[in-house]
Amino acid sequence: MFDQDNSICANIRNSRFRGLWTTIALSLVLLCPAVVMATETVTATTAATPLAWWIWPVSLFIVTLCMGIVAVLGGIGGAVLFVPIVSGFFPFHLDFVRGAGLLVALSGALAAGPSLLRSDLANLRLAIPVALIASTSAIFGSMIGLAVPTNIIQTFLGITVLGIVALMFTAKKSELPEVPKADALSSALRIYGVYTEGSTGQTVNWKIHRTPIGLAIFIIIGFMAGMFGLGAGWANVPVLNLLMGAPLKISVGTSKFLLSITDTSAAWVYFNQGCIIPMIVVPSLIGIMLGSFIGVRILKKAKPAFIRWMVICLLAFAGLKALQKGLGI
Amino acid sequence: MQEESVINTHHEQVIYANILEKGMYLGLGCLVITFGLYVFGIIPSAIPLTEVSKYWSQDAHSYLTAINRDFLHLDHLLIGWTWTTLIGKGDFLNFISIVILAGLTIFCYLAIIPSLLKKKDTVYTLIVIVEVIILGLAASGILAVGGH
Repeated sequence: MFDQDNSICANIRNSRFRGLWTTIALSLVLLCPAVVMATETVTATTAATPLAWWIWPVSLFIVTLCMGIVAVLGGIGGAVLFVPIVSGFFPFHLDFVRGAGLLVALSGALAAGPSLLRSDLANLRLAIPVALIASTSAIFGSMIGLAVPTNIIQTFLGITVLGIVALMFTAKKSELPEVPKADALSSALRIYGVYTEGSTGQTVNWKIHRTPIGLAIFIIIGFMAGMFGLGAGWANVPVLNLLMGAPLKISVGTSKFLLSITDTSAAWVYFNQGCIIPMIVVPSLIGIMLGSFIGVRILKKAKPAFIRWMVICLLAFAGLKALQKGLGI
Repeated sequence: MQEESVINTHHEQVIYANILEKGMYLGLGCLVITFGLYVFGIIPSAIPLTEVSKYWSQDAHSYLTAINRDFLHLDHLLIGWTWTTLIGKGDFLNFISIVILAGLTIFCYLAIIPSLLKKKDTVYTLIVIVEVIILGLAASGILAVGGH
């Protein structure tokens, strides 16, 4: 019996390792075109051929298209992949990458916002107070982020991305968290709602708790979103779901919608400081959005666990690259 | 009581969603058109397409200084809303779409204020007004930062 159990465990371990190695291999394969293109373009730029200018936007479009697909399949925002990968492997300065990253996150949120609001998967009453705090701190984050030397920001970006990887490893999710009693603040603000669970047709009444501490954490989340141009879905969802007790679907939907407000404030600061270059922003936006459309179609057939490993590997690689670049190693 | 509040909230969400949707399509549509006009050279750009790649590896302040020295020759660096003076140029024409996308939230917030006032929802009306002021300040360019 024990032998049988051991054998099953060994098989599971082996299959996990196989999955991990396959994931690493696929991540590198996906990332390779970006690296290859970057290298090729450097050569082309050095040669100063008159046509060299278009290689960058085209390669950026291809890479962001892949990112858009991976982001949807991995259940993360595009900007969290965009900023570390593009700043790590493309020649653009981090100021322009962060500006573009915020607009990438903003556009994705604007595109998803209307349907999320109409279907009650994003809750305006929950989003409004959170957005006020997060968008205000995002302004301060972006102002400080633009004033601090680039190598320091790049180093902290690497540390943050590796922190996100750790969060993805460890964070759990709860479909319908237990909220015994709504706290005084959420009751006063009347933050509660109803939504219909599509898979079962069940009507779910929800409320939240621990609102003051949740709002306090959004100061840090907004600050980081502004400072690194990362978007903030990776942090919004755990806080809304695990800490404040909003159902997972409401947390994901409200988080996505929140980015349209949080990233707006930070994007304006970057915009007004001249950190927007259309040749970087527009191919990225189109690439990410097209990739998202393709990703949604693939999603039905994809294996979530495998994709999750792939995203973790990509992020870890990009985080290490940002760290290496920041420390000048 | 809870059901009634939810229905009322849903009404604001629909107002917000309708404006968001129209603005989003307008912004993205403009973005594709203006980028096409720029990248295919239909409208000449202030910074030649072949030259942009020489500047984008510098930090924002150095980039603005360099493009001003080499191409724009303005009295001030191109920060805040100064770009509007170059709106006829292909590259800066793209900024209109970005302004639409980034400014959309302000209009959505303004649109729900009458509904909140009608319901005498003072707290949320105040929060929304404060948010509009904050986003307006960010958009105005008043919140300047020092360079690297």
